[in-house]
Amino acid sequence: MVTVADSRREEILTWLEEVKDPEVPVLSIRELGVLREVEVSGDEVVVVMTPTYSGCPAMHAMEADVVTTLARHGVPNARVRTVYAPAWTTDWISDEAKAKLAAYGIAPPARVESDDLVALRRRAPVECPYCHSVNTIVRSEFGSTACKAILFCNGCHQPFELFKAI
Amino acid sequence: MTTGKREAGDGKRDKVGSSVDGWVAGARPATATSGTAENPFFEYLLRLADDRLVLGHRLSEWCGHAPILEEDIALANIALDLIGQASLLLKLAGEIEGKGRSEDTLAYFRDAIEFRNAQLVELPNGDFAVTIVRQFLFDAWDVLVLERLTAASNQSLAGIAAKALKEAKYHLRHTAEWVRMLGDGTAESHARAQRALDDLWPYTAELFLRDAIDAEAVASGSGVDVESLRPRWRQTVDQVIGEATLTVPKDGFAPRGGRAGRHTEHLGRMLADMQSLARAHPGAAW
Repeated sequence: MVTVADSRREEILTWLEEVKDPEVPVLSIRELGVLREVEVSGDEVVVVMTPTYSGCPAMHAMEADVVTTLARHGVPNARVRTVYAPAWTTDWISDEAKAKLAAYGIAPPARVESDDLVALRRRAPVECPYCHSVNTIVRSEFGSTACKAILFCNGCHQPFELFKAI
Repeated sequence: MTTGKREAGDGKRDKVGSSVDGWVAGARPATATSGTAENPFFEYLLRLADDRLVLGHRLSEWCGHAPILEEDIALANIALDLIGQASLLLKLAGEIEGKGRSEDTLAYFRDAIEFRNAQLVELPNGDFAVTIVRQFLFDAWDVLVLERLTAASNQSLAGIAAKALKEAKYHLRHTAEWVRMLGDGTAESHARAQRALDDLWPYTAELFLRDAIDAEAVASGSGVDVESLRPRWRQTVDQVIGEATLTVPKDGFAPRGGRAGRHTEHLGRMLADMQSLARAHPGAAW
Protein backbone atom coordinates (compact mmCIF):
# COMPACT_ATOMS: atom_id res chain seq x y z
CA MET A 1 0.00 0.00 0.00
CA VAL A 2 1.35 3.41 -0.92
CA THR A 3 0.86 5.78 1.99
CA VAL A 4 0.61 9.55 1.79
CA ALA A 5 4.04 9.79 3.33
CA ASP A 6 5.46 7.42 0.67
CA SER A 7 4.13 9.43 -2.25
CA ARG A 8 5.27 12.64 -0.57
CA ARG A 9 8.71 11.11 -0.19
CA GLU A 10 8.81 10.14 -3.87
CA GLU A 11 7.82 13.66 -4.82
CA ILE A 12 10.56 15.17 -2.66
CA LEU A 13 13.15 12.78 -4.11
CA THR A 14 12.13 13.93 -7.60
CA TRP A 15 12.61 17.59 -6.63
CA LEU A 16 15.97 16.80 -5.07
CA GLU A 17 17.20 15.58 -8.48
CA GLU A 18 17.62 19.32 -9.17
CA VAL A 19 20.34 19.57 -6.52
CA LYS A 20 23.73 18.92 -8.12
CA ASP A 21 27.23 18.73 -6.74
CA PRO A 22 28.48 22.31 -7.38
CA GLU A 23 31.89 20.95 -8.45
CA VAL A 24 30.50 18.13 -10.58
CA PRO A 25 27.30 19.65 -11.94
CA VAL A 26 26.33 16.63 -14.06
CA LEU A 27 25.59 14.49 -11.01
CA SER A 28 22.66 14.96 -8.67
CA ILE A 29 23.32 14.45 -4.98
CA ARG A 30 21.39 11.17 -5.24
CA GLU A 31 23.59 9.93 -8.09
CA LEU A 32 26.68 10.99 -6.13
CA GLY A 33 25.47 8.96 -3.15
CA VAL A 34 25.48 11.94 -0.82
CA LEU A 35 21.68 11.88 -0.46
CA ARG A 36 20.92 8.85 1.72
CA GLU A 37 17.27 9.12 2.69
CA VAL A 38 14.25 11.37 2.93
CA GLU A 39 12.15 10.98 6.07
CA VAL A 40 8.62 12.32 5.99
CA SER A 41 6.55 12.48 9.13
CA GLY A 42 3.49 14.70 8.97
CA ASP A 43 4.71 18.14 7.93
CA GLU A 44 8.25 17.37 8.94
CA VAL A 45 10.79 16.59 6.23
CA VAL A 46 14.30 15.45 7.13
CA VAL A 47 16.87 14.93 4.38
CA VAL A 48 19.62 12.55 5.45
CA MET A 49 23.00 13.23 3.84
CA THR A 50 26.54 11.92 4.19
CA PRO A 51 29.68 13.85 3.22
CA THR A 52 32.03 12.67 0.49
CA TYR A 53 35.23 13.75 2.29
CA SER A 54 35.52 14.81 5.94
CA GLY A 55 36.50 18.33 5.00
CA CYS A 56 34.61 18.78 1.72
CA PRO A 57 33.58 22.47 1.58
CA ALA A 58 30.94 21.72 -1.10
CA MET A 59 28.85 19.89 1.53
CA HIS A 60 27.68 23.18 3.00
CA ALA A 61 26.60 24.36 -0.44
CA MET A 62 24.73 21.12 -1.12
CA GLU A 63 22.95 21.26 2.23
CA ALA A 64 21.90 24.85 1.60
CA ASP A 65 20.73 23.89 -1.91
CA VAL A 66 18.57 21.09 -0.51
CA VAL A 67 16.80 23.46 1.85
CA THR A 68 16.26 26.23 -0.73
CA THR A 69 15.19 23.79 -3.48
CA LEU A 70 12.56 22.23 -1.25
CA ALA A 71 11.40 25.67 -0.10
CA ARG A 72 10.91 26.60 -3.74
CA HIS A 73 8.65 23.56 -4.12
CA GLY A 74 6.58 24.58 -1.12
CA VAL A 75 8.38 22.63 1.62
CA PRO A 76 9.36 25.50 3.91
CA ASN A 77 10.99 23.80 6.86
CA ALA A 78 13.02 20.86 5.60
CA ARG A 79 15.98 19.94 7.74
CA VAL A 80 19.23 18.22 6.84
CA ARG A 81 20.66 15.54 9.10
CA THR A 82 24.26 14.47 8.47
CA VAL A 83 25.31 10.87 9.05
CA TYR A 84 28.82 9.39 8.79
CA ALA A 85 28.07 5.68 8.70
CA PRO A 86 28.16 3.86 6.43
CA ALA A 87 31.07 5.87 5.05
CA TRP A 88 30.55 7.28 1.57
CA THR A 89 32.14 5.30 -1.22
CA THR A 90 32.44 5.93 -4.94
CA ASP A 91 31.04 2.40 -5.41
CA TRP A 92 27.61 3.98 -4.75
CA ILE A 93 27.87 5.88 -8.04
CA SER A 94 25.87 3.88 -10.60
CA ASP A 95 27.22 2.86 -14.02
CA GLU A 96 24.77 5.29 -15.60
CA ALA A 97 26.09 8.14 -13.47
CA LYS A 98 29.67 7.08 -14.24
CA ALA A 99 28.87 7.38 -17.94
CA LYS A 100 27.66 10.94 -17.30
CA LEU A 101 30.96 11.74 -15.57
CA ALA A 102 32.96 10.39 -18.53
CA ALA A 103 30.85 12.37 -21.01
CA TYR A 104 31.53 15.48 -18.91
CA GLY A 105 35.31 14.86 -19.20
CA ILE A 106 35.95 13.37 -15.77
CA ALA A 107 37.25 9.79 -15.78
CA PRO A 108 34.91 7.81 -13.50
CA PRO A 109 36.22 5.97 -10.42
CA ALA A 110 37.19 2.30 -10.65
CA ARG A 111 35.73 -0.16 -8.16
CA VAL A 112 37.26 0.28 -4.74
CA GLU A 113 39.69 -2.51 -3.93
CA SER A 114 39.36 -3.99 -0.50
CA ASP A 115 42.94 -5.26 -0.44
CA ASP A 116 44.62 -4.28 2.78
CA LEU A 117 47.76 -3.13 1.00
CA VAL A 118 45.99 -0.91 -1.51
CA ALA A 119 47.37 2.08 0.36
CA LEU A 120 50.88 1.22 -0.73
CA ARG A 121 50.14 0.20 -4.30
CA ARG A 122 49.78 2.16 -7.50
CA ARG A 123 46.43 2.22 -9.26
CA ALA A 124 45.47 0.39 -12.45
CA PRO A 125 45.70 2.29 -15.77
CA VAL A 126 43.02 4.93 -16.23
CA GLU A 127 41.20 5.43 -19.52
CA CYS A 128 41.20 8.92 -21.00
CA PRO A 129 37.58 10.23 -21.09
CA TYR A 130 38.28 12.03 -24.40
CA CYS A 131 40.11 9.51 -26.67
CA HIS A 132 39.83 6.32 -24.52
CA SER A 133 43.56 5.69 -24.61
CA VAL A 134 44.94 3.97 -21.52
CA ASN A 135 48.33 5.52 -22.16
CA THR A 136 47.79 8.00 -19.35
CA ILE A 137 49.85 9.16 -16.39
CA VAL A 138 49.01 10.62 -13.01
CA ARG A 139 50.08 14.25 -12.92
CA SER A 140 48.78 14.91 -9.44
CA GLU A 141 47.16 12.56 -6.92
CA PHE A 142 45.14 15.52 -5.74
CA GLY A 143 43.10 17.90 -7.85
CA SER A 144 40.89 20.97 -7.81
CA THR A 145 38.54 19.33 -5.32
CA ALA A 146 38.97 16.67 -2.64
CA CYS A 147 37.31 14.03 -4.84
CA LYS A 148 39.52 14.35 -7.94
CA ALA A 149 43.05 13.65 -9.20
CA ILE A 150 44.74 15.15 -12.27
CA LEU A 151 45.97 12.91 -15.08
CA PHE A 152 47.46 13.45 -18.50
CA CYS A 153 46.71 11.50 -21.68
CA ASN A 154 49.72 10.70 -23.86
CA GLY A 155 47.31 9.71 -26.65
CA CYS A 156 45.52 13.01 -27.22
CA HIS A 157 47.87 15.19 -25.13
CA GLN A 158 45.07 16.42 -22.92
CA PRO A 159 45.05 16.80 -19.16
CA PHE A 160 41.92 15.38 -17.53
CA GLU A 161 40.46 14.78 -14.12
CA LEU A 162 39.84 11.44 -12.45
CA PHE A 163 37.20 10.88 -9.80
CA LYS A 164 39.23 9.20 -7.04
CA ALA A 165 38.00 5.75 -5.99
CA ILE A 166 37.56 5.62 -2.24
CA MET B 1 65.13 23.17 9.94
CA THR B 2 62.89 20.91 11.83
CA THR B 3 63.53 20.65 15.52
CA GLY B 4 65.86 23.56 15.99
CA LYS B 5 68.78 21.32 16.76
CA ARG B 6 70.28 20.52 13.38
CA GLU B 7 72.93 23.20 13.58
CA ALA B 8 74.35 21.41 16.59
CA GLY B 9 75.98 18.90 14.25
CA ASP B 10 75.75 15.16 14.25
CA GLY B 11 78.02 14.52 17.17
CA LYS B 12 76.10 16.70 19.56
CA ARG B 13 72.63 16.12 18.22
CA ASP B 14 71.37 13.88 20.99
CA LYS B 15 72.80 15.93 23.77
CA VAL B 16 71.54 19.26 22.45
CA GLY B 17 68.25 17.73 21.39
CA SER B 18 67.52 16.34 24.80
CA SER B 19 68.46 19.52 26.58
CA VAL B 20 66.24 21.61 24.31
CA ASP B 21 63.32 19.28 24.67
CA GLY B 22 64.04 18.66 28.32
CA TRP B 23 63.74 22.38 28.93
CA VAL B 24 60.50 22.62 27.04
CA ALA B 25 58.92 19.50 28.39
CA GLY B 26 60.22 19.61 31.91
CA ALA B 27 60.56 23.22 33.01
CA ARG B 28 56.95 24.23 32.52
CA PRO B 29 54.54 23.44 35.30
CA ALA B 30 52.29 20.61 34.21
CA THR B 31 48.80 21.52 35.23
CA ALA B 32 47.47 18.65 33.19
CA THR B 33 48.15 15.25 34.62
CA SER B 34 49.04 12.35 32.43
CA GLY B 35 46.71 9.43 32.37
CA THR B 36 43.91 10.55 34.65
CA ALA B 37 41.03 12.83 33.90
CA GLU B 38 37.54 13.72 34.95
CA ASN B 39 36.20 12.55 31.59
CA PRO B 40 38.67 10.11 30.04
CA PHE B 41 36.78 9.56 26.78
CA PHE B 42 36.68 13.32 26.19
CA GLU B 43 40.45 13.38 26.73
CA TYR B 44 40.86 10.45 24.38
CA LEU B 45 38.90 12.17 21.62
CA LEU B 46 40.97 15.34 22.09
CA ARG B 47 44.12 13.31 21.41
CA LEU B 48 42.69 11.98 18.17
CA ALA B 49 41.34 15.37 17.14
CA ASP B 50 44.36 17.48 18.10
CA ASP B 51 46.82 15.33 16.12
CA ARG B 52 44.74 16.10 13.05
CA LEU B 53 44.02 19.74 13.78
CA VAL B 54 47.66 20.62 14.45
CA LEU B 55 49.09 18.59 11.57
CA GLY B 56 46.38 19.91 9.25
CA HIS B 57 47.27 23.46 10.17
CA ARG B 58 50.97 22.79 9.68
CA LEU B 59 50.28 21.43 6.19
CA SER B 60 48.10 24.42 5.37
CA GLU B 61 51.15 26.63 5.96
CA TRP B 62 52.52 25.20 2.69
CA CYS B 63 49.64 26.65 0.70
CA GLY B 64 51.22 28.88 -1.95
CA HIS B 65 54.76 27.85 -0.92
CA ALA B 66 55.21 24.22 -2.00
CA PRO B 67 58.09 23.41 -4.39
CA ILE B 68 55.71 22.43 -7.22
CA LEU B 69 52.08 23.22 -7.95
CA GLU B 70 50.93 19.59 -7.70
CA GLU B 71 52.33 19.29 -4.20
CA ASP B 72 50.86 22.62 -3.19
CA ILE B 73 47.47 21.17 -4.13
CA ALA B 74 48.23 17.82 -2.50
CA LEU B 75 49.33 19.26 0.84
CA ALA B 76 46.32 21.58 0.93
CA ASN B 77 44.02 18.64 0.16
CA ILE B 78 45.55 16.49 2.88
CA ALA B 79 45.26 19.45 5.26
CA LEU B 80 41.58 19.78 4.35
CA ASP B 81 40.93 16.10 5.10
CA LEU B 82 42.75 16.30 8.45
CA ILE B 83 41.02 19.51 9.53
CA GLY B 84 37.68 18.04 8.45
CA GLN B 85 38.34 14.95 10.56
CA ALA B 86 39.42 17.15 13.48
CA SER B 87 36.20 19.12 13.18
CA LEU B 88 34.06 15.94 13.39
CA LEU B 89 36.08 14.59 16.32
CA LEU B 90 36.00 17.88 18.24
CA LYS B 91 32.25 18.12 17.72
CA LEU B 92 31.88 14.63 19.17
CA ALA B 93 34.29 15.52 22.01
CA GLY B 94 32.17 18.57 22.83
CA GLU B 95 29.05 16.41 22.99
CA ILE B 96 30.78 13.86 25.22
CA GLU B 97 32.05 16.64 27.50
CA GLY B 98 28.54 18.03 27.78
CA LYS B 99 29.58 21.57 28.68
CA GLY B 100 28.31 23.22 25.52
CA ARG B 101 31.69 23.63 23.82
CA SER B 102 31.47 23.45 20.04
CA GLU B 103 34.20 22.20 17.71
CA ASP B 104 35.18 25.82 17.02
CA THR B 105 35.39 26.67 20.71
CA LEU B 106 37.62 23.66 21.28
CA ALA B 107 39.84 24.48 18.30
CA TYR B 108 40.24 28.20 18.83
CA PHE B 109 39.83 28.84 22.56
CA ARG B 110 42.13 26.31 24.16
CA ASP B 111 45.74 27.20 24.95
CA ALA B 112 48.77 25.06 24.12
CA ILE B 113 48.76 23.34 27.51
CA GLU B 114 45.23 22.11 26.81
CA PHE B 115 46.18 20.52 23.50
CA ARG B 116 46.66 16.76 23.49
CA ASN B 117 48.48 16.16 20.20
CA ALA B 118 51.74 14.24 19.97
CA GLN B 119 54.75 16.55 19.66
CA LEU B 120 55.64 15.11 16.24
CA VAL B 121 52.80 16.96 14.51
CA GLU B 122 53.51 20.39 16.00
CA LEU B 123 57.15 20.60 14.85
CA PRO B 124 57.80 23.26 12.22
CA ASN B 125 57.47 22.14 8.60
CA GLY B 126 61.17 22.40 7.81
CA ASP B 127 61.95 21.70 4.18
CA PHE B 128 59.76 19.61 1.87
CA ALA B 129 61.57 16.42 2.97
CA VAL B 130 60.75 17.05 6.63
CA THR B 131 57.09 17.67 5.82
CA ILE B 132 56.79 14.58 3.62
CA VAL B 133 58.72 12.24 5.92
CA ARG B 134 56.68 13.38 8.92
CA GLN B 135 53.46 12.94 6.98
CA PHE B 136 54.49 9.45 5.91
CA LEU B 137 55.43 8.41 9.47
CA PHE B 138 52.10 9.78 10.70
CA ASP B 139 49.99 8.30 7.88
CA ALA B 140 51.46 4.82 8.40
CA TRP B 141 50.43 5.08 12.08
CA ASP B 142 47.11 6.74 11.34
CA VAL B 143 45.89 3.99 9.00
CA LEU B 144 46.46 1.40 11.74
CA VAL B 145 44.75 3.50 14.41
CA LEU B 146 41.73 4.24 12.23
CA GLU B 147 41.40 0.58 11.16
CA ARG B 148 40.94 -0.36 14.82
CA LEU B 149 38.62 2.55 15.55
CA THR B 150 36.17 1.48 12.83
CA ALA B 151 35.16 -1.21 15.36
CA ALA B 152 34.71 1.31 18.22
CA SER B 153 31.67 0.71 20.42
CA ASN B 154 30.87 4.43 20.17
CA GLN B 155 29.04 4.47 16.84
CA SER B 156 29.83 8.11 16.07
CA LEU B 157 33.55 7.48 16.50
CA ALA B 158 33.34 4.29 14.41
CA GLY B 159 31.62 6.21 11.60
CA ILE B 160 34.18 9.04 11.62
CA ALA B 161 37.02 6.49 11.65
CA ALA B 162 35.62 4.55 8.69
CA LYS B 163 35.43 7.75 6.67
CA ALA B 164 38.84 9.01 7.77
CA LEU B 165 40.45 5.63 7.05
CA LYS B 166 39.73 5.93 3.33
CA GLU B 167 41.34 9.36 3.32
CA ALA B 168 44.32 8.19 5.37
CA LYS B 169 45.03 5.29 2.98
CA TYR B 170 45.07 7.71 0.08
CA HIS B 171 47.45 10.00 1.99
CA LEU B 172 49.73 7.08 2.82
CA ARG B 173 49.97 5.96 -0.78
CA HIS B 174 50.95 9.49 -1.77
CA THR B 175 53.48 10.14 0.98
CA ALA B 176 55.04 6.65 0.66
CA GLU B 177 55.55 7.35 -3.04
CA TRP B 178 57.24 10.66 -2.22
CA VAL B 179 59.50 9.10 0.41
CA ARG B 180 60.67 6.65 -2.26
CA MET B 181 61.22 9.46 -4.76
CA LEU B 182 63.15 11.64 -2.33
CA GLY B 183 65.24 8.83 -0.86
CA ASP B 184 65.96 7.16 -4.17
CA GLY B 185 66.31 10.47 -6.03
CA THR B 186 69.30 12.79 -6.20
CA ALA B 187 72.15 12.92 -3.70
CA GLU B 188 70.63 16.14 -2.37
CA SER B 189 67.09 14.76 -1.95
CA HIS B 190 68.49 11.57 -0.40
CA ALA B 191 70.55 13.53 2.12
CA ARG B 192 67.63 15.77 3.04
CA ALA B 193 65.23 12.83 3.40
CA GLN B 194 67.69 10.94 5.63
CA ARG B 195 68.29 14.03 7.76
CA ALA B 196 64.53 14.53 8.12
CA LEU B 197 64.10 10.90 9.12
CA ASP B 198 66.92 11.16 11.69
CA ASP B 199 65.49 14.35 13.20
CA LEU B 200 61.87 13.16 13.31
CA TRP B 201 62.41 9.56 14.39
CA PRO B 202 62.68 10.27 18.14
CA TYR B 203 59.28 11.95 18.08
CA THR B 204 57.53 8.87 16.67
CA ALA B 205 57.95 7.00 19.97
CA GLU B 206 55.24 9.11 21.58
CA LEU B 207 52.68 7.81 19.08
CA PHE B 208 52.96 4.36 20.67
CA LEU B 209 52.89 5.33 24.35
CA ARG B 210 49.80 4.29 26.28
CA ASP B 211 48.56 5.47 29.63
CA ALA B 212 45.41 5.21 31.76
CA ILE B 213 43.37 7.31 29.30
CA ASP B 214 44.14 4.86 26.49
CA ALA B 215 43.53 1.89 28.78
CA GLU B 216 40.12 3.24 29.73
CA ALA B 217 39.18 3.86 26.11
CA VAL B 218 40.32 0.36 25.16
CA ALA B 219 38.36 -1.14 28.07
CA SER B 220 35.21 0.69 26.98
CA GLY B 221 35.60 -0.72 23.46
CA SER B 222 36.28 2.68 21.87
CA GLY B 223 40.04 2.89 21.96
CA VAL B 224 43.18 1.50 20.39
CA ASP B 225 46.09 -0.15 22.18
CA VAL B 226 48.68 1.95 20.34
CA GLU B 227 51.60 0.00 21.77
CA SER B 228 50.42 -3.14 19.99
CA LEU B 229 50.45 -1.32 16.63
CA ARG B 230 54.18 -0.74 16.63
CA PRO B 231 55.28 -3.99 14.89
CA ARG B 232 52.89 -3.45 11.98
CA TRP B 233 53.89 0.20 11.75
CA ARG B 234 57.55 -0.81 11.61
CA GLN B 235 56.71 -3.30 8.86
CA THR B 236 55.25 -0.56 6.64
CA VAL B 237 57.91 1.99 7.55
CA ASP B 238 60.82 -0.43 7.11
CA GLN B 239 59.50 -1.54 3.72
CA VAL B 240 59.12 1.97 2.32
CA ILE B 241 62.29 3.33 3.92
CA GLY B 242 64.17 0.36 2.47
CA GLU B 243 62.77 0.94 -1.01
CA ALA B 244 63.76 4.58 -0.60
CA THR B 245 67.37 3.46 0.06
CA LEU B 246 67.21 5.28 3.38
CA THR B 247 68.28 3.95 6.77
CA VAL B 248 65.88 3.53 9.66
CA PRO B 249 67.42 5.36 12.64
CA LYS B 250 68.12 3.61 15.93
CA ASP B 251 65.62 4.05 18.74
CA GLY B 252 66.94 6.11 21.62
CA PHE B 253 66.16 9.55 22.97
CA ALA B 254 62.37 9.94 22.81
CA PRO B 255 60.64 13.16 23.81
CA ARG B 256 57.14 12.81 25.23
CA GLY B 257 54.47 14.82 26.98
CA GLY B 258 52.19 16.04 24.22
CA ARG B 259 49.32 13.79 25.34
CA ALA B 260 49.45 15.49 28.74
CA GLY B 261 49.68 19.03 27.39
CA ARG B 262 53.46 19.41 27.56
CA HIS B 263 54.56 20.71 24.21
CA THR B 264 57.56 22.14 22.40
CA GLU B 265 57.74 25.91 22.16
CA HIS B 266 56.60 25.61 18.53
CA LEU B 267 52.96 24.80 19.33
CA GLY B 268 52.26 28.08 21.11
CA ARG B 269 53.51 30.08 18.13
CA MET B 270 51.49 27.99 15.73
CA LEU B 271 48.33 28.42 17.80
CA ALA B 272 48.88 32.17 18.05
CA ASP B 273 48.67 32.24 14.28
CA MET B 274 45.85 29.71 13.95
CA GLN B 275 43.66 31.19 16.67
CA SER B 276 44.23 34.92 16.19
CA LEU B 277 41.26 35.56 13.90
CA ALA B 278 38.76 33.67 16.04
CA ARG B 279 40.03 35.38 19.18
CA ALA B 280 39.97 38.85 17.63
CA HIS B 281 36.34 38.31 16.60
CA PRO B 282 34.84 35.89 19.11
CA GLY B 283 31.53 34.43 17.97
CA ALA B 284 31.94 35.67 14.40
CA ALA B 285 30.27 33.46 11.77
CA TRP B 286 29.79 33.46 8.04
